[in-house]
Amino acid sequence: MNLVYTNLIKKVSTAAYACLYALLLVCIPLNAQQTPADPQDEITSIVGATAHIGNGQVIENCIIVFENGKIIRIGADVTPSGLIIDGKGKHVYPGFIMPNSTLGLGEIDAVRASIDEDEVGSFLPHIRSIIAYNTESKVVESMRPNGVLMGQITPRGGVISGTSSVVQFDAWNWEDAVVKEDDGIHLNWPGSFSRGRVRLGEAPGIIPNKNYAKSVDEIKTYFRNAISYPKAKTRRHLPFEAMQGLFDGTKKLYVHANAAREITDAVIFAKKMGVKHVVIVGGYEAPQTIDLLKKHQIPVLAVRTQSLPASNDDDYDYPYKLPKILADAGILVGLQNAGDMERMNSRNLPFYAGQIVGQGLDKEEALKMITSNTAKILGIDDAYGTLEVGKSATLFVSKGDALDMRTNQLTHAYIDGRAISLESHQTTLWRRYMNKYNTLK
Amino acid sequence: MKQNLRKLFFGVLWAICCIHVTSAQDYFPNNSGVNDTYTNYTAFTNAHIVISPDQTIKKGTLLIKDGRIVEVGASVKLPNGTEVIDLDGKSIYPSFIDVYSDLGVTPPSAGNFTRGGSQQLDTQRKGYYWNEHIRAETNAFDQFNYDSKKAEELRKAGFGLVNTHVKDGIVRGTGVLVALNSTDDNETRILDVRSAQYLSFNKSRASRQSYPSSLMGAIALLRQMYLDAQWYADGHVKTQDLSLAALNKNASLPQIFYAGSKLNAIRADKIGDEFGIQYTIVGNGDEYQIIDQIKKTNATFVLPLNFPKAYDVSNPFQADVVNLGDMRYWNQAPTNPKAFAKNNIPFAFTTDQLKSPANFMSNVQKAIKYGLDEKRALAALTTVPAKILGKSSLVGTLEKGKIANFLITSGNIFDPESTLYENWVQGKKNVLKDYTAKDISGKYTLQLGDKSYDMTLSGAADKPKIEVKKGDTKISAKVNYSEGWIGIILTEDGKNSRLKARVKADDTTLKGKAVVDSKEVAWTATKTGDVEKKDSKPREIKVHEIVPITYPNEAFGFKELPKSETVLFKNATVWTNEAEGILTETDVLVKKGKIAKIGKNLPKGSARVIDATGKHLTAGIIDEHTHIAATSVNEGGQNSSAEVTMEDVIDNEDINIYRNLAGGVTSAQILHGSANPIGGQSAIVKLKWGETGENMVYDNAPKFIKFALGENVKQSRSSTSTRFPQTRMGVEQLYIDYFQRAKEYDALKKSGKPYRKDLEMEVLAEILNKERFITCHSYVQSEINMLMKVAEKFNFTINTFTHILEGYKVADKMKAHGAGGSTFADWWAYKFEVNDAIPYNAAIMHDVGITTAINSDDREMSRRLNQEASKPVKYGGVSEEEAWKFVTLNPAKLLHIDDRVGSVKVGKDADLVLWSDHPLSVYAKAEKTMIDGAIYFDIDRDKQMRADIRLEKNKLIDMMLNEKANGAPTQAPKKNVKRALHCDSLDDSNHEH
Repeated sequence: MNLVYTNLIKKVSTAAYACLYALLLVCIPLNAQQTPADPQDEITSIVGATAHIGNGQVIENCIIVFENGKIIRIGADVTPSGLIIDGKGKHVYPGFIMPNSTLGLGEIDAVRASIDEDEVGSFLPHIRSIIAYNTESKVVESMRPNGVLMGQITPRGGVISGTSSVVQFDAWNWEDAVVKEDDGIHLNWPGSFSRGRVRLGEAPGIIPNKNYAKSVDEIKTYFRNAISYPKAKTRRHLPFEAMQGLFDGTKKLYVHANAAREITDAVIFAKKMGVKHVVIVGGYEAPQTIDLLKKHQIPVLAVRTQSLPASNDDDYDYPYKLPKILADAGILVGLQNAGDMERMNSRNLPFYAGQIVGQGLDKEEALKMITSNTAKILGIDDAYGTLEVGKSATLFVSKGDALDMRTNQLTHAYIDGRAISLESHQTTLWRRYMNKYNTLK
Repeated sequence: MKQNLRKLFFGVLWAICCIHVTSAQDYFPNNSGVNDTYTNYTAFTNAHIVISPDQTIKKGTLLIKDGRIVEVGASVKLPNGTEVIDLDGKSIYPSFIDVYSDLGVTPPSAGNFTRGGSQQLDTQRKGYYWNEHIRAETNAFDQFNYDSKKAEELRKAGFGLVNTHVKDGIVRGTGVLVALNSTDDNETRILDVRSAQYLSFNKSRASRQSYPSSLMGAIALLRQMYLDAQWYADGHVKTQDLSLAALNKNASLPQIFYAGSKLNAIRADKIGDEFGIQYTIVGNGDEYQIIDQIKKTNATFVLPLNFPKAYDVSNPFQADVVNLGDMRYWNQAPTNPKAFAKNNIPFAFTTDQLKSPANFMSNVQKAIKYGLDEKRALAALTTVPAKILGKSSLVGTLEKGKIANFLITSGNIFDPESTLYENWVQGKKNVLKDYTAKDISGKYTLQLGDKSYDMTLSGAADKPKIEVKKGDTKISAKVNYSEGWIGIILTEDGKNSRLKARVKADDTTLKGKAVVDSKEVAWTATKTGDVEKKDSKPREIKVHEIVPITYPNEAFGFKELPKSETVLFKNATVWTNEAEGILTETDVLVKKGKIAKIGKNLPKGSARVIDATGKHLTAGIIDEHTHIAATSVNEGGQNSSAEVTMEDVIDNEDINIYRNLAGGVTSAQILHGSANPIGGQSAIVKLKWGETGENMVYDNAPKFIKFALGENVKQSRSSTSTRFPQTRMGVEQLYIDYFQRAKEYDALKKSGKPYRKDLEMEVLAEILNKERFITCHSYVQSEINMLMKVAEKFNFTINTFTHILEGYKVADKMKAHGAGGSTFADWWAYKFEVNDAIPYNAAIMHDVGITTAINSDDREMSRRLNQEASKPVKYGGVSEEEAWKFVTLNPAKLLHIDDRVGSVKVGKDADLVLWSDHPLSVYAKAEKTMIDGAIYFDIDRDKQMRADIRLEKNKLIDMMLNEKANGAPTQAPKKNVKRALHCDSLDDSNHEH
């Protein structure tokens, strides 16, 4: 960790300021979060590292130069300038992106007052996650030391949960954090199976959902009304107004669905309704719908990689290999981790990609699933997701392979060229108690 | 209390009176006329008489009088005046007995309780046992109200006798033996008012006392109850306990235990063995899957015949949802009775769990089709239930002197084409189908006044169908045929003609009178021909191919259990966890379940060689904290449940055992949850997939108990909880109080004076005597510190703090106390008390010198513990060699099994994992997982199993589609799911740690 300190100190120009900064770090009170970094004011060059571009390409002994938050040069034979960061023996990656996330919408799972993820109601396209996104979340700051630097903040619950936005993880407030505001609407497709309600005399276990057709029909009606709304002369309707982006292509429709039948029904429905961009979230049985997904070029944000198979009969490693199966079939795949304890577990995003490598997927292909693929799916690939000239300098340096927890050790991280802190509430406590015991020794 | 007692005494008194009444009508005063009791002999002659499953008379006579069998034989001398019934060509069987019935007894409903009210922790009944679910004082007779409608249904199914009881509670009290005699009254039909005592693992609906809230609690309660009953019988209790008094009184009766599942049958029998009781066990239908264990119980079983219907898999989107195990159950269940017969395990049948007794016989026939011997089937309906009730001298066969309960059939009773004509109960006739009815089916010309019609009578002899035509016009007609009279109603142009006639035995022409337009007219129907007898055979039961059983009987089960092998791992990188460190290009020889040799270039000998070049060989992973492989996890009904043990509720069929093996886990501590400060005892197991729960448990396993602190035990997320303690302050006092009581208990026990054996105190005393170790669920530093101080006051050590997420804050104190820590690698933020949890915790504890482990408490993460062990390298810089011990040697030390497992050392158990890559890497896969020298997971075998599962499911789906096509009833597709169990899992909650 001394390296972090050294480099932080290197970053600031005067010795006095460096001292002050170091002092600040040590004196940080327990509940304070890391101070957002200032805008990049000096050209920075990372020299000699293995650069994982995020598009499948690897450049050994690479020089990455960025200025004003943008990469201006990258390659093995470009000229470094400005502040030089020694990357020899290290690896550089684009910042990892966690889509379909509730980071910043909740702090402590079991404390209701700290949770802002699920609004009352069923059809809530107008509900916007971004205004509740808490940049001061201690959970969010714990993402950065593992290389997870961006996320799509997504509301939960209901049929249409609301509208998500893409943020970066080092900001004073949500306006600062926004990368893409109101990027998509999230639709929870009804399950064709449901858990039997024993109290109502239904069999326990998972049984066919008798209300499936009815629930699907409700969604159809809702979309039809949303489509006719602009022509109809009615009062202002906030939800239908929010829906319009789906039809003019400014918003994507994220359909959360897992069973093959649901995916099929949802895709056919969305296309019929004239939704321009559709993304499947979950997609447990997506391998059974490959042809359809390919035909309509629909990407999948795959169900949490490190999760249990849905059925006793499924291969023990099915969720591990699902993204590979889809990628091998030519589907654009990103990783996400909605589910139990999702927020704090989000920092393990790189290792989900690593898990798929264990299933035989090429490392750089796995990397795409948490960088460029996700950026494409979220529609931010013009600026994020790869290490290419003209793109944002949102990247980090790791001592080793960042997809393996064994070697994921960050020394530097940048968001839009800003050198962000890799400290957190957790590192503060670590240092405080190690210091206590070292003194005792 | 007084009132309750009085009520009970009256009940008993009445019961006693009634017993006498049954045989003592003579002395009743008669104010209604002259004596008109007349009983005569009745003889059934020329019948095929099945006296018992083993004794048949081809053509013989059954003589009865006063409801009893007087004589039976090939030639019986009939007393003068005997009424003779000629049964030529017909058969007589003893009628059936159901020992598990609730006829005429309505179990209490839960309707009085509102959901979500505050907990009821203690009993509200006075003068009874401290737990309201023990209801030995219940006598079904007190609430018995003969249900003649249900009795009729049962008689139609061939039953003559049932033992009925209150299906409610853990101890349910006594049952009543009732003949299904609707002619006479209770004084005749009740054969025994206290015929057997019934038990189960299920709580009473009449009580909302929270304990026991789990299966393991019910098991512990039964044990304590038997101990208390002895203590009470020995006169140590000065107050009245009507439950225990009744329990002691009922001890001499047959004990019938409703188990409800194959594993519960084993559990029930084990309790019985501990207290010298052989229960008769009411089974579930799945016993064939573990028939060897079932046989070892030496119990007689009562089997339901609720064979599952085929799943309707005609919708391809829905077919996939059904698990292989459930498909197999449909396929195999009809062989259950056969498996009992084949293994010579005595069994009876019950109508219990069938929607209607009407479905009963077809299921018996199904069992026979699937290989059950007919004699065994008959025994299961007659002699075995009689024996279970200790009433073999009274019922069950047609021997002289027994009760005249018998059936008259057209032929073999198990032949689907046979007809059951009559069911005689206590010598009283009940006609089910009139065999004397003349078959009048045929084609007729009907002449009614001046009109002529074509009439066809068809169908069953006693229930003909009618069709009437005038020329080509169909006329609406109805027919009624009973007791020798035929009645026909013709409706023509809105007018009814009513025809009636007496059917004569020797005339095919029907002649009678009719009322047409309010005028009387004569009518005749002259037979012109026969009708084609439609094949009215019942749907034939198709016997499908039975797929083989595996261990366990579900996907990824083994056809044969893995056996210990002599294996040589060649050329591996070996992580010894010993002073030798990590050895490269090294061989490890496994022999007789142990690690025999470690070295370079070891000779092959007779060993099977596994090429481990480029691979890593390690000790198996040990999970200090798991809740997989458990039927229940929390006994939260009280603030202490030290008396319960996870060993009682091991679920050896949990697929997560296999998935954990695929993640390199070989041993685990199955822990009680964290619902209360003093939890239950652990089960320390090896994950021997396919073995019984008992065989999974370590021999001489070190004794452990789970304690818990913090948010869960103070029930901070329950809005209705009133249980002490509600604060961390209360938790401390609770511990001091319990340990003080245990100390006093132990002192009394050691003094030699009489003492009430208390299972909870026994366990706590073991802790004080350093015979049992505590692993304590813990989060924040204050409570961790507190528990160590309490332990020190009572002179023992807390062995392990589990979770221990703020261990880093008091690591120095833990070190001084001597406690170990088993923690999560990077979990936090899921509740308030883990706000200061940091991923550096393991590293700090380790640095301070604490034996540190990483555990799962999660059935998904447990299969990636190798990755979790890698995180302290990332967070805190622990060396890789030390970090690897966090999931192997260190948990072994914490569990006191490090003399057997945890490292690769000659002489230790061969619990080994062969990894494809560096074991701490996310890229590593377990390729082979070995326990005691037997390979329980093999990545190549797994591939084969996947293919086999697909083939077998396909085959079963085909069979079920055929079943549907054949018109058999089906059920909607369904996936049976087991809940993920965590620390805080109660009946309704989920996902807590």
